[in-house]
Amino acid sequence: MFSLVVGLVVAVVLLVVNIVFSKLSFIPKEFRILTIITIMVGYVYWGFEPYAHHEMHPHVAEAEYKFDGSNDVAALEELGADATETKAFWTRAVSIGSLKGDATAGADLVAANCTACHSMESEGYPKLMEDADAVAAYGVTPPDLSIAGRIYDANYLAAFILNPVKAMHIEHKYPVTGSKVFPMPGSDWMSDQEIADMVAYLQSAAKKVPAPEVEEGASDFEIAKANNKQVFEAACVRCHSMSYAGIDAHTSAEAIATYIGATPPDLSQYIRSRGAEYLHNFINDPQRKLAGTGMPRVGLTHDAEKQVVEYMEQIGDSKKQEREALGPIVLIYLTILAVFALLWKKQIWKKLH
Amino acid sequence: MAEFEKANSVGEWFDQRLNVKGFWRVMMTEYWIPKNINFLWAMGALLAMLFTLLLVTGIFLLMYYKPDVNMAFDSVNYTIMQEVAYGWIFRNIHGVGASVVFLVIYIHMFTGIYYGSYKKGREMIWLSGMLLFVLFSAEGFSGYMLPWGQMSYWAAYVITEIFGGIPFIGDELVIWIRGNFYVADATLTRFFMLHVLLIPLAILGAIVFHFYTLRFPHVNNEEGEFFDYKEESEKYLAGDKKESKVIAFWPDFLSKDFMVISIFMIFFFYLVFYHNSFAMDPVNFDKADGLKTPAHIYPEWYFLWSYEVLRGFFFDMFGISGKSLGLIAFGFAQAIFFVLPWLDRSPMVKPASQRPVFKYWFWLMMADLFVLTIFGKLPPTGVNAWVGFYSSITFIVLFLALPFLTKIEAKMAGGK
Repeated sequence: MFSLVVGLVVAVVLLVVNIVFSKLSFIPKEFRILTIITIMVGYVYWGFEPYAHHEMHPHVAEAEYKFDGSNDVAALEELGADATETKAFWTRAVSIGSLKGDATAGADLVAANCTACHSMESEGYPKLMEDADAVAAYGVTPPDLSIAGRIYDANYLAAFILNPVKAMHIEHKYPVTGSKVFPMPGSDWMSDQEIADMVAYLQSAAKKVPAPEVEEGASDFEIAKANNKQVFEAACVRCHSMSYAGIDAHTSAEAIATYIGATPPDLSQYIRSRGAEYLHNFINDPQRKLAGTGMPRVGLTHDAEKQVVEYMEQIGDSKKQEREALGPIVLIYLTILAVFALLWKKQIWKKLH
Repeated sequence: MAEFEKANSVGEWFDQRLNVKGFWRVMMTEYWIPKNINFLWAMGALLAMLFTLLLVTGIFLLMYYKPDVNMAFDSVNYTIMQEVAYGWIFRNIHGVGASVVFLVIYIHMFTGIYYGSYKKGREMIWLSGMLLFVLFSAEGFSGYMLPWGQMSYWAAYVITEIFGGIPFIGDELVIWIRGNFYVADATLTRFFMLHVLLIPLAILGAIVFHFYTLRFPHVNNEEGEFFDYKEESEKYLAGDKKESKVIAFWPDFLSKDFMVISIFMIFFFYLVFYHNSFAMDPVNFDKADGLKTPAHIYPEWYFLWSYEVLRGFFFDMFGISGKSLGLIAFGFAQAIFFVLPWLDRSPMVKPASQRPVFKYWFWLMMADLFVLTIFGKLPPTGVNAWVGFYSSITFIVLFLALPFLTKIEAKMAGGK
């Protein structure tokens, strides 16, 4: 019944538009026909593109870059679950984030607590073993921390040090009651000030990391690409490959499958298959966009996330600049052609009417 | 053989041997088209233009494409889109062209239906046109498989699976079509062959045949008027072009076609450069993975209406499974347009707006196709499934009712 109604409504609208247009004799007939066809094509296009996508991909909560746990708490409350613990966890993380840390004290704490597993090349802590050995030892390659203080949000870093599983939203992969233990232990036994010191140190160390080297006379595009690549490699390449950029993941797909229960995709064409908007929402908090996914929330700042997505575009849609430069030229050429075609037609049809 | 004079020019040399001037006259300057037409009459030439674009870009893409499940995806998305100089523009033109050619085919087809250009001597035009529609559908479907993305794979899976519903031979037929028990390398390679050789050959032949069918019954005109072409063409040749009801194919008709094509190309290249995801589905930029079913599987927009007829019957009726009913309805939808000239029993050759009954039928049919198209993409759950069911039924009923409705119209018009 519903569809009959829908169909009839569409039919009546079409018929009425058609009748109305046939009466508007002051408008040239061909324009009326063109208008009707444009309306019909536009309607169908609206239906199978924007409307269908809207129906198939429901809107999710806005990406949140404050990393204050407000979305987590809201999500739990919406489910009617107890959010007390989550609220307390994020309150502590936020308060650590707001403390003024002492980078010098932090340096000692990081040396004592982190560098047994993590490298920090810029500060003289090299990788202790090859990637494959690290995978054998930990189940995953521990990330290098050289620019961690720049690309990850301070609140998030604090939350991560307290409880990595909770900060990353992968409690479904590493349940508290489960036998599987996340490779990095939480450090909620440390004092707030100690954690703040470590965050301060990571931030000050990151500032000292020089911009990646580029060839002499490189274009702005190339410089931006090199900067973006640095962030992408730090944030994504432990798990993801980017074959179109010749980048291989540090950890093998099989190891990741054990580590997080999913095979990480190659990201070469993700800018085309997902689009920038989806990627932003997804990277910001994967669970909200795709519940149950193995991809952790990595806690990128808004700026770092933009760099990651921009890099994915620079690799996945590498001809964008060329396309956008050529487009207007072709369209201008065709417009001129159309004007001449119109004049030619008029000249010929003058003799016919 | 007659004695040949020595030719005074290259043109004459060819004319002696090929009667070039005579051929040009018969095919061009004295091939008569009615004057009373609008821009919808340019859709044929526009289709010829789009097909040429597809053919030329296709040839260039063929130089780099690799029909192998391990190489196809990267040969398209890396080699062609990124490595080959301006390869991306060839691919975008090809991808957008494949979608837009269907838009124009549909406009062309429904123009024919609206103006009654399929009857009273024009049946062969209609039939050859429908043959082209089927061939283009096969071409579109086989081509969509080649980039070997997720939608390539799963659309191929779902569509080849349809043949499994055919009684007795279904299962074997699916294996025969796929060349394997599942969609695999053999499937890709054979659809590659179909896409780049067999179907284009058939299309070229069918286009020539379609032109041939137009020659004797002549192109219809805006009012469906029948007149004496010999008389009108003599007026034209005598220089009375303004009074004559006909125009010459060249330069009169083609000058208008060329204008329409030029304007249309602005729109087309706008899509090629700035707005192509409707034709190149984002999901297809994920490499084919037979173990990972996409959340939503749907064909390209131009197949959505018939896909919706196929899946509209989602429950068993009269002791027949929904799947079989859907298949029957799908077969009906594919075949019914062919016999349109015999379903329309009204002798009127007039635009739908001047036909008392047919105009309602036409717009209802259009509306139903719109509903089928839009709901063909939506997930078939809840109310959507019922919309699909009823609009599929509506489609069938509309076509079954057409002979009776047009008979009533014939009586109203006092026809024979």
